Amino acid sequence: MAPDTSAPAQSVVPQSGAPSLTRKDFVSNQDVRWCPGCGDYAILSTALNVFPKLGIPRERFVMVSGIGCSSRFPYYVNTYGFHSIHGRAPTFATGLKLVRPELSIWIITGDGDGLSIGGNHLIHIMRRNIDCTILLFNNRIYGLTKGQCSPTSEMHKKTKSTPLGSIDYPVNPISLALAAEATFIARTLDTDPKHMASIFQQAAEHKGTSFVEIFQNCIIFNDKAFEPVADKTTRADNAIFLENGKPLVYGKDGLRGIRLNGWKPEVVSFDESNPPSGLPTHDEMAEDPSWAYLLSRMDPSQGFPVPFGVFRRVHRTTYEDLMAQQISEAQHRQGLASTEALQELITGEDTWTVS
Amino acid sequence: MSANQRKVEDAENVVIRFAGDSGDGMQLTGMQFTDTSAIIGNDISTLPDFPAEIRAPAGSLAGVSGYQVNFSNFDIRTPGDAPSVLVVMNPAALKTNLGDLEKGGILIANSDAFTPDNLRLAGYAQNPLEDGSLKGYRLYQVPMTKLVETALKDNPLSFRQKERCKNFFALGLVYWMFNRPMEPTLKWIQEKFKKNPDVSDANTRSLNAGFYFGETTEAFEVRYQIRKARIAPGTYRKITGNEALALGLMTAAERAGSHLFFAGYPITPASDILHELAKHRRFGVKTFQAEDEISAIGATIGAAFGGALAVTASSGPGIALKTEGIGLAIMTELPIVICNIQRGGPSTGLPTKTEQADLMQAIWGRNGEAPLAVIAPATPGECFTMAFEAFRIAVKYMTPVMILSDGYIANGAEPWRIPKLDDLPAITVQHPTSADGSFLPYLRNPRTLARPWAVPGTPGLEHRIGGLEKADRTGNVSHDPDNHEFMVKIRRAKIDGVAGDIPDVDVFGSPEGGDLLIVGWGSTHGAIISAVERARDRGLDVSCAHLRYLNPLPKNLGDVLKRFRRVVVPEMNLGQLRLLLRANYLVDVEGLNKVKGQPFKIREIEQKIDEMNPKKLGVSKQKVAVA
Repeated sequence: MAPDTSAPAQSVVPQSGAPSLTRKDFVSNQDVRWCPGCGDYAILSTALNVFPKLGIPRERFVMVSGIGCSSRFPYYVNTYGFHSIHGRAPTFATGLKLVRPELSIWIITGDGDGLSIGGNHLIHIMRRNIDCTILLFNNRIYGLTKGQCSPTSEMHKKTKSTPLGSIDYPVNPISLALAAEATFIARTLDTDPKHMASIFQQAAEHKGTSFVEIFQNCIIFNDKAFEPVADKTTRADNAIFLENGKPLVYGKDGLRGIRLNGWKPEVVSFDESNPPSGLPTHDEMAEDPSWAYLLSRMDPSQGFPVPFGVFRRVHRTTYEDLMAQQISEAQHRQGLASTEALQELITGEDTWTVS
Repeated sequence: MSANQRKVEDAENVVIRFAGDSGDGMQLTGMQFTDTSAIIGNDISTLPDFPAEIRAPAGSLAGVSGYQVNFSNFDIRTPGDAPSVLVVMNPAALKTNLGDLEKGGILIANSDAFTPDNLRLAGYAQNPLEDGSLKGYRLYQVPMTKLVETALKDNPLSFRQKERCKNFFALGLVYWMFNRPMEPTLKWIQEKFKKNPDVSDANTRSLNAGFYFGETTEAFEVRYQIRKARIAPGTYRKITGNEALALGLMTAAERAGSHLFFAGYPITPASDILHELAKHRRFGVKTFQAEDEISAIGATIGAAFGGALAVTASSGPGIALKTEGIGLAIMTELPIVICNIQRGGPSTGLPTKTEQADLMQAIWGRNGEAPLAVIAPATPGECFTMAFEAFRIAVKYMTPVMILSDGYIANGAEPWRIPKLDDLPAITVQHPTSADGSFLPYLRNPRTLARPWAVPGTPGLEHRIGGLEKADRTGNVSHDPDNHEFMVKIRRAKIDGVAGDIPDVDVFGSPEGGDLLIVGWGSTHGAIISAVERARDRGLDVSCAHLRYLNPLPKNLGDVLKRFRRVVVPEMNLGQLRLLLRANYLVDVEGLNKVKGQPFKIREIEQKIDEMNPKKLGVSKQKVAVA
């Protein structure tokens, strides 16, 4: 067989000497057709700003999506792209990454696509730790099918499909990603492009499955779903931005914090004379996911701020690297592939000749 | 009479069936007997038949597992209609298999297993070994359990462990009876149990004990000898359909200078393809056990987008789940191979039994106008050729290709003339590396209508594909009515065009035409051609044609059908190919349909031929045959 010409399964790292790219290089010639005012525009714009900064040649980017408003994303990016079928983007990404480990693969999905019809695939790509970046646009509604409740819609929500109120308990995407053992897990929001850009860049640079939940506003069917954190005037009091090694402080004046009472988080208030102290610091690299899980469970309806930033970042060998290892070990043990070796295999051990 | 003076009779061919509890090792016993018979040069054909339960309750009728081998000194094509030798390890095996044994056939029973409990489980009011009900057969009662126990007296294994060696005793006895060498099995035991010398010793001694039992007891008055088969010269090995399929896929990748990617989800009877390919990392084979069938087709398409030779395999229920993904592969015009190892349906159906009822699903079973190429191997060995052929068509025409195998040929074994890789044609894979101006992912090769296979990572060819309708040439999303109709028609025309690139269908018998033509497809080949040979030997004007290409059909098929006054299609469904032939060629076609989870017997097809009362052949034509 031909020698394996694909690049060694190493991180999709910046290539020295790669031509410098700009945002313009990543803009496709297709008209963007999201509704005016949709949060998707801000996400696309941020991604287009981040791509050229990653030092990866344009032809190595592949956008893979499923079905839904968010899944139109690949058409708007001038890279390789695959607009696949509902919920299945992680499966196409997996096959592609296994045969082309040198590619930078981005999975673009939504709360319906990724957490409902494609929930199974999302779990399994994360547990396998395929090196890719998953952007999950969470608008808590089905937009493209015109307004049914989604797996992240809140309980009792009235939608076209739930006129008497939803009786589905919602799923928490970050908790789910933690249970599925993703190695990079973060949350950001469409109205904070700077934070989004930083998270996208870190997610892309992480080797392994990076899962990013993006709070995204659907202006038509679920407007202002994230208002308390999306609105800049109220954000500081309703959101906490996680920073590795820093204490859990938030609030307009930085005078509120999260304290642990045993295993229970509590909101504590300070004032200028009594500045925050004694608060736990965020450890995104903790091997044990319990800390990140505890953060993911902080419920705004119980007075907690919504955490944004990186919940977890750990190292684990990727599936495609383990596959490459098995191949090279087998070749080390049994010899390189060749036509003669294949002929030997086909011939088998027990033969007889008829003359 | 001493053992050495025992009469040895020559026999042309023998059909033997081993039957016992699923835990009795009957599949292993049958396979060992098959391997040995193949190595000494007999032609062989096998029919493993096992329950869907891994271990149904011991002694129960549901738990009976059987393995039938036809071995002969001439060219055979089926595992045989009826066993002439039946080995039963318990009453349940006797109950479920006796009906198939030829009248006057040899019946070897492990009499120790005919206990009151086992008799009750099998539904016998009294012991059939003793009540005279078996007097139409040559019954040999052998207390195998006790004989094995005695032979293993000083082996430290437990009673239960020793008892499990009785299948080797049975094997040794039939080795003696049919004059087979024991070396291949002795070697296998040594290899298999090299880490467990006690088990190795116990199995070796049980095998020997069985052999010597035959030689020393006077119960067996005769031994049989089946000489080497007169088959085409060459070097042979034994192979099952699934093994051949896996090797064919690997060979296609090698001849394409590419790498094989396989994604699958465990399902009977397709899992053995994954098992086989997973052993071959050395050859760069990447196997991916997906979380479900949908993921398996998705990963296959993703790998094809990445330029690999990508394949998935499943069976009916799994193929149903892959349907949407296959539609996407058709829309994105990516070359993938989908193996459907058919089993009894619908739904979960009969997982371990064979059927051919997925033909319509293969050709038509997707939303929208969604054509793909469908091909079907006729024998276990042919699975190699057709796997290779599937990739040739897939890559040349940028299309999914479905291979329709089934449980019968997937698990069945036959001698296989080993191909020389150097004799196989190369498969040409072209990945464009640049474009004049902007790249057009749906600009077609005017001859094949294939679109270019540009691989991510190639500078300048960045493009987007997906499940939405494509604009001609650019591949951009298009909802234009005229474009949609054009694309629907061109996808169809591309598949229709494959007909110009496949062999004509051959007629066995009277190619110039005649009274009755039997048309088959897939695994029914052996039974059909054997029945037609016998009918022609009896002077009947019967011919047959076997289809290996089902979509598109061979170009000459319409002409062939019209050369015969009547056409019969035997198939293991209620008439799916018949429907296709009627629809495509407006010819009246009669069906012979069997949906019992079991392959056709030769005599079932002969019976149908006789019912059709074909004309007599002219004397000069009787022996005329084209392979």
